Amino acid sequence: MSIFVDENTKVIYQGLTGSQGSYYGRLNAEYGTQVVAGTHPKKAGSDVDGVPVYANVADAVAATGATASCIFIPAPGVRGAVMEAAEGGVEFIVAITEGVPAHDEAYFYNDLKRNFPNVQLLGPNCPGIISPGKCNIGITAGHIAKAGGPVGIVSRSGTLTYQALYELKQKDIGVTTCVGIGGDPVPGTSFIDCLEAFEADPDTKAVMMIGEIGGSAEEEAAEYIKNHMTKPVSSYIAGVTAPPGKKMGHAGAIVSGGKGTAAAKMEALEDAGVRVGHNPTEAGELMAEIVASL
Amino acid sequence: MDLFEHQGKEFFARYGMPVSPGEAVFTVDEAVAAAERLGTPVMVKAQVHTGGRGKAGGVKFAADIDAVREHSGNIFGLDINGHIVKRIWIEKASDIAEEYYASFTLDRSAKKHLGMLSKEGGVEIETVAEENPDAIAKIWIDPVDGLSEAACREWVAASKLPDAAVEGTVDILQKLYTAYTDGDADLVEINPLILTPQGDVHVLDAKVTLDGNSEFRHEDYGQYDGTQPRDEREEAAHAKGLQYVGLDGTVGVIANGAGLAMSTVDVVNQVGGAAANFLDIGGGANADVMAGALEVINNDPAVKAIFINIFGGITRGEEVANGILEAMQRVDIDSPIVIRLDGTNADEGRAILAPNLTNKLMMEETMLDAARKAVELAGGT
Repeated sequence: MSIFVDENTKVIYQGLTGSQGSYYGRLNAEYGTQVVAGTHPKKAGSDVDGVPVYANVADAVAATGATASCIFIPAPGVRGAVMEAAEGGVEFIVAITEGVPAHDEAYFYNDLKRNFPNVQLLGPNCPGIISPGKCNIGITAGHIAKAGGPVGIVSRSGTLTYQALYELKQKDIGVTTCVGIGGDPVPGTSFIDCLEAFEADPDTKAVMMIGEIGGSAEEEAAEYIKNHMTKPVSSYIAGVTAPPGKKMGHAGAIVSGGKGTAAAKMEALEDAGVRVGHNPTEAGELMAEIVASL
Repeated sequence: MDLFEHQGKEFFARYGMPVSPGEAVFTVDEAVAAAERLGTPVMVKAQVHTGGRGKAGGVKFAADIDAVREHSGNIFGLDINGHIVKRIWIEKASDIAEEYYASFTLDRSAKKHLGMLSKEGGVEIETVAEENPDAIAKIWIDPVDGLSEAACREWVAASKLPDAAVEGTVDILQKLYTAYTDGDADLVEINPLILTPQGDVHVLDAKVTLDGNSEFRHEDYGQYDGTQPRDEREEAAHAKGLQYVGLDGTVGVIANGAGLAMSTVDVVNQVGGAAANFLDIGGGANADVMAGALEVINNDPAVKAIFINIFGGITRGEEVANGILEAMQRVDIDSPIVIRLDGTNADEGRAILAPNLTNKLMMEETMLDAARKAVELAGGT
């Protein structure tokens, strides 16, 4: 099994007619993802590589029965696109776009929680989600992941997500689902949402969690792991040597006011029984040990 | 983007908040002329993107023009936490009866806006939070609801401000919240917010951080970009649109993706070296981007070796390899380069690099080995 998406997930691509949307939409379809529709307010009736384009998400849902949407809309339009997807009736929204204003993120996060509590948003500023061999929504290169299990991956960073998938594939370890939650200040899906789903998924036997400096999401995840997880977890936190007050690329990756340091996060995770590696390779090796002992 | 105090006050004034008249100046003569126009007494305030200005002697009261000349002369060129004072704000002095604190920022954990108000202003809020946490009244605001006047009044009441300050504070806080949301700020902070002996509530300092991602809907953001504190290296990288943060070591780092770049800096340190920078070239590692990145790193005299750490996801290994070779033809690189190339089509990419390897261009299989090699070449294990 897998979490959030599988071979039956039908996906709408908002922005399928754009350069990024058409490129990754095609790659996702080639991977085997059910890419059933695109949307564009002025291009209804046309198609992209044979995928029909509708005026909006509601029309696309009505015509295709899609339950997920992937957003490749430029940052200024993301707030509108997220709400259009929720109002249009999809249950899972993946927002790939980076550079979305923090106030927009805070707004649609709370709007969704209140008015669309059954909708799960992933992102923005994330690589997407892949259930290897079944469904790949977003910009992850599908072939770097080995299908099957027993490991679930959740990560705040894009390239480190790929690194993690690759480390495991090199060791012939399969992955049920790999979720990139993104590096922004208000991610729609949190570490805890993913840990909870992995804990409930019978095919996931262990979880690899990749965090980075900034905020307190890793500490909150550690608390959750301590109190609720029965499955073993390995982890890696990027940014051990990051200087305070400097944003390290991601909008959320900043050590400010002495908070959000890698050391504090690693300590909290170790305290929760998580095996913490000091670099991605070490985290992969720790996971290999965990898998061997399952 | 961090604003200078005076930019923050101008920003607040646009939302109707009461700030003192003043002028930003760059020389002692300009300071004197500004004080003459404003009329003494004035405050002479260093404009730097750091705290602790008062303690460092960067904020002075000037009763007359001679004092303005003396203080501004002392403050220009002052080093405050590594920031050299190049600009001063001359402001009409205010009488102060009491000092408060007010701010809004995003609480990432609660995913709501957090307002903080304290009757103990004028000092670091972190100190108040540690020593007397009850002195800070907090309010969590759902962005969908915004801050209603009723909620604002309840919050001010909880802060136990004196009656004389309540109306003025309620008014300023509502305007401050509008400035925070409509202005797309990450942080707005007034410390101190003062009550004058005449009973007016007034903004005496301003700390504003704006969200660079919102630039597309704020024409005024452009003017702040040029006043960001960047060292020469950061300025050059910024001009090329690269995500660069200057550090103090000798190993130049180029990686694709923020997480991998951070991780690369960590690993260089773990094997006993020190990174000269954080540089994320993003998803596509084409020749143009790679050449720009190498140029920025090459211009840093501290760099003794360069570590290029690429994980091909969608970007294919052969594209990366060709990009590096092409960039090396365009830029004359002084330091030896160590490459670690992994991921999609890594074998093809390595095959392209293999015949070109010299003592100036080396390749290692893993991130750790490459870091060790680069640190060794930089002479610092």
